[in-house]
Amino acid sequence: MTTIEPATASPPRRNFADSLRGWLPKLVLAPSFAVILLFVYGFILWTVYLSFTNSRILPVYKLVGFDAYVRLWSQPNWYMAMKNLAIFGVLYIGICISIGLGLAILMDQRIRAEGILRPIFLYPMALSFVVTGTAWKWFLNPGLGIENTMHNLGWESFKFDWLVNPDMAIYTVVIAGVWQASGFVMAMFLAGLRGIDGEIIKAAQIDGAPLTKIYRRIIIPMLRPVFLSAFIVLAHMAIKSYDLVIALTGGGPGNATELPSTFMYSYTFTRSQMAVGSASAVMMLMGITAIIVPYLYSELREKR
Amino acid sequence: MSGAVQETVSGGSAKTARVVIYGLLILLAAIYLLPLYVMLTTSLKSLDEIRGGDMLSLPSSPSIAAWTKAWGEACIGVTCTGIKGYFWNSIKMVVPAVIISTLLGALNGYVLTKWRFPGHKIIFGMMLFACFIPFQAVLIPMARMLGMMGIANTTTGLVFVHVIYGLGFTTLFFRNYYEAFPDELIKAAMMDGAGFFRIFWRILLPTSGPIIVVTVIYQFTNIWNDFLFGVSFSSGGSSPMTVALNNLVASSTGVKEYNVDMAAAVFAALPTLFVYIVAGRYFVRGLMAGAVKG
Amino acid sequence: MSFLEIRNLRKKIGNVEVLKGIDIELEKGGFLVLVGPSGCGKSTLLNAIAGLLPLTSGDIVIDGQVVNDLHPSQRDIAMVFQSYALYPNMTVEENIAFALEMRGVPKDERAAAVKVAAKTLQIEHLLTRRPSQLSGGQRQRVAMGRALVRKPRVFLFDEPLSNLDAKLRVEVRAEIKSLHQNTHATIVYVTHDQIEAMTLATKIVVLKEGTVQQIGTPAEIYNLPANLFVADFMGSPAMNMLDGKVVGTGAEARISLFGDQSITVPVPPTVAAGALSEGQSVLLGLRPEAITDTGLADPQARSVTQIEAPVIMTEPTGSDTFVTAELGGKHFTARTRAEVSCQAGDTFRFAFNLDKAVVFDPQSGLRL
Ligand SMILES: Nc1ncnc2c1ncn2[C@@H]1O[C@H](COP(=O)(O)OP(=O)(O)OP(=O)(O)O)[C@@H](O)[C@H]1O
Ligand SMILES: [Mg+2]
Repeated sequence: MTTIEPATASPPRRNFADSLRGWLPKLVLAPSFAVILLFVYGFILWTVYLSFTNSRILPVYKLVGFDAYVRLWSQPNWYMAMKNLAIFGVLYIGICISIGLGLAILMDQRIRAEGILRPIFLYPMALSFVVTGTAWKWFLNPGLGIENTMHNLGWESFKFDWLVNPDMAIYTVVIAGVWQASGFVMAMFLAGLRGIDGEIIKAAQIDGAPLTKIYRRIIIPMLRPVFLSAFIVLAHMAIKSYDLVIALTGGGPGNATELPSTFMYSYTFTRSQMAVGSASAVMMLMGITAIIVPYLYSELREKR
Repeated sequence: MSGAVQETVSGGSAKTARVVIYGLLILLAAIYLLPLYVMLTTSLKSLDEIRGGDMLSLPSSPSIAAWTKAWGEACIGVTCTGIKGYFWNSIKMVVPAVIISTLLGALNGYVLTKWRFPGHKIIFGMMLFACFIPFQAVLIPMARMLGMMGIANTTTGLVFVHVIYGLGFTTLFFRNYYEAFPDELIKAAMMDGAGFFRIFWRILLPTSGPIIVVTVIYQFTNIWNDFLFGVSFSSGGSSPMTVALNNLVASSTGVKEYNVDMAAAVFAALPTLFVYIVAGRYFVRGLMAGAVKG
Repeated sequence: MSFLEIRNLRKKIGNVEVLKGIDIELEKGGFLVLVGPSGCGKSTLLNAIAGLLPLTSGDIVIDGQVVNDLHPSQRDIAMVFQSYALYPNMTVEENIAFALEMRGVPKDERAAAVKVAAKTLQIEHLLTRRPSQLSGGQRQRVAMGRALVRKPRVFLFDEPLSNLDAKLRVEVRAEIKSLHQNTHATIVYVTHDQIEAMTLATKIVVLKEGTVQQIGTPAEIYNLPANLFVADFMGSPAMNMLDGKVVGTGAEARISLFGDQSITVPVPPTVAAGALSEGQSVLLGLRPEAITDTGLADPQARSVTQIEAPVIMTEPTGSDTFVTAELGGKHFTARTRAEVSCQAGDTFRFAFNLDKAVVFDPQSGLRL
């Protein structure tokens, strides 16, 4: 693709109007870029700086070295948050991708009601995590929710107390999260499936491959880029997810559903441990950077 | 568009397969719909019916009492004026934030595709990465900065924050769209004597309908649904809807009114659901553009 | 005096020198066609003339004025793009009027100008449509209308016909030709279709890898190609290149062909005096139409040699038949009458008309 360079970019500049013409595009982009530079990158540096101070309820700017990181990694709460993130991340990403791919394959069988079904699987994505959390909190309510329904249906021994069971509460976050995002993953896979050249599949059919083989050997391998995109999006959401936990469990019972995001917020704003909060934010940033930067780099380099 | 796998001439087992596929899909659809169904029916029930009855049953005598209460009377914190004020807060926050971030994104995308200069890739890369940072990493400085600017705890402050952290995505959308827009059209307009802004207003923007819809919907849902910025940078009466909903549901004073909670949740969900139902296809496409194309 | 002048134009893109010192002159009302293989820099040159690309060095002069630093809109140039580049959101009328609008021409004058242009191009009935509602040929005409209405000093065309089907291409080609004859516009036209080049041009420039190979009238380019590249590029089927060796000297000199001492032909009149020396290897270039069946041989020709050769393949085109034959292990193509019947395997008697033959130095590739 060719790039249009304004002819006036070449010296000598003739007059003010011409030189303005050369600068105008940069002038238009400048405010946005400046804002991003300051409010994203500047602020990140600020946060990193704070993580090396002894800030408590208010920022102080005297450096004390790795103190906050030492304290962070000696917090049982932080270990809990990391453990939960691992459980949540693996299950959330794994289940979303499995269900999403499964749904997409089912939907790709020339389903007549696709126009009705697709929005049903997708609508949770339009909801806020707070709404999702509220709805699932009620749905899983140990006294009045699904458990009660099962009892009414005659299944007296049915017990579902995950929401208040410290060992199981993190899985309710997984359930609600999967419900919200799996439809979107389906949409991604569906788009990927529709993008595959039909003639390749026809050729495989003529070669005598049965449908399951066609999927396993040809179609699913061709969806590799979609797997990658889905993974990136989901990993990013998992690390950032804050609202869902707050609305569903509030981080509890106890600290059973603590995640790095809730940890950061409570240490910074309610427990007056700003330096530790900053340190945890820096850890989160490093986690996401490790995933995103290689991805962005390869994406941006491929094109042109 | 037809499915990737075409049906071929096949034997009798195909019919059973189709039945199984449809059965599975319908079952799954029911599961996906269940929480919404429960939310709606609960909001239409009385508290007694909720306590005594079955979550899945239809309301015996549907009433919108919980809805009016959630809208106008429910207590959030110490004030008992319902969620309506917060609903309007959200609207006042979303509308300007969406308009400003979309417009800026369009201009940025235009510059980054049609007026490239050395270094445009790095600038775009930096803007793109900004989409993905965990906001926790900017939360503390932003809180200080809003205070310094005197717009802490105001809707203006939230608009400001949402514009900044939405810019990466809006720029991405427009850049990807304009990337496919033929350069020759820009060249032709340049030779016809149109300048930078004229080309944008007269040639590019009129053909940007689809991507504007996508961006607006995406930004609208994202900003409406935001909780973290709302809870961090607003308090009391200036909070957006999501924060108020959470406060309402989480408050432990008095009797737990599940039907009111659910009605409030429905209110919080309505605008995005409405937008989604009206223009859902574009919404999906927009998310895809952001997610798949990078 | 030349109207459009390009002086020692160079353009680097990245580290690649795409244009390596181009010198071209075009008189007012001339029709210059740039031809060359894909990637040789035709579009780059056109964009440079238009001002859409900054130059690395060199000058572009229009009507005595150096325009290097003028913005495209100030050069008074119009361009018709390969993809037509019609504004999709505007009607045909708005498309054509846009340039005038940008120049602040009042509305009624604009409408009048559009009317004239539309009439010239016979697209009056399409004025209210949008580009998406037009056929390829109609779009092409609108794109020309957009250029015409501005009455620019120079028109630039970048492969304007390449998106049309074969039949339409011939029609529009004729229209462009008559348009040029009626308006006396100065035109620079890019194509890689050599028939377009031959039919339209008053002057052809053959480019290869960013350098000019030859500039001349269509007849010069066709009959007297400056080098092997031009000879091979222009004309279809391509010019035959027969291995030859000079025997004898001075007025006695002849060229023996096919490595066979017994087949010799006189030195063609196109060869400069004293250019050949005895024993020199040469390539004798003969257009297929200069090798015919004996019945078709031009009775006016000064030098016709008859040679028998086995036929390898025949390709009837309807109007005449191309016959490929072999001699001395080399293939050559002849153009015979359609009625002549010969088949692969036959031995056929060909008439070689050497009046228009050209001779090249196989080492340098230059015409002697
Ligand atoms: N933006 C660019 N960056 C790098 N190289 C470029 C760029 N634009 C053109 N080139 C190179 O410059 C050369 C000339 O390109 P140009 O488009 O002028 O060719 P062309 O003669 O018009 O070919 P075609 O007949 O295919 O249109 C090509 O080798 C091309 O690869
Ligand atoms: Mg070209």
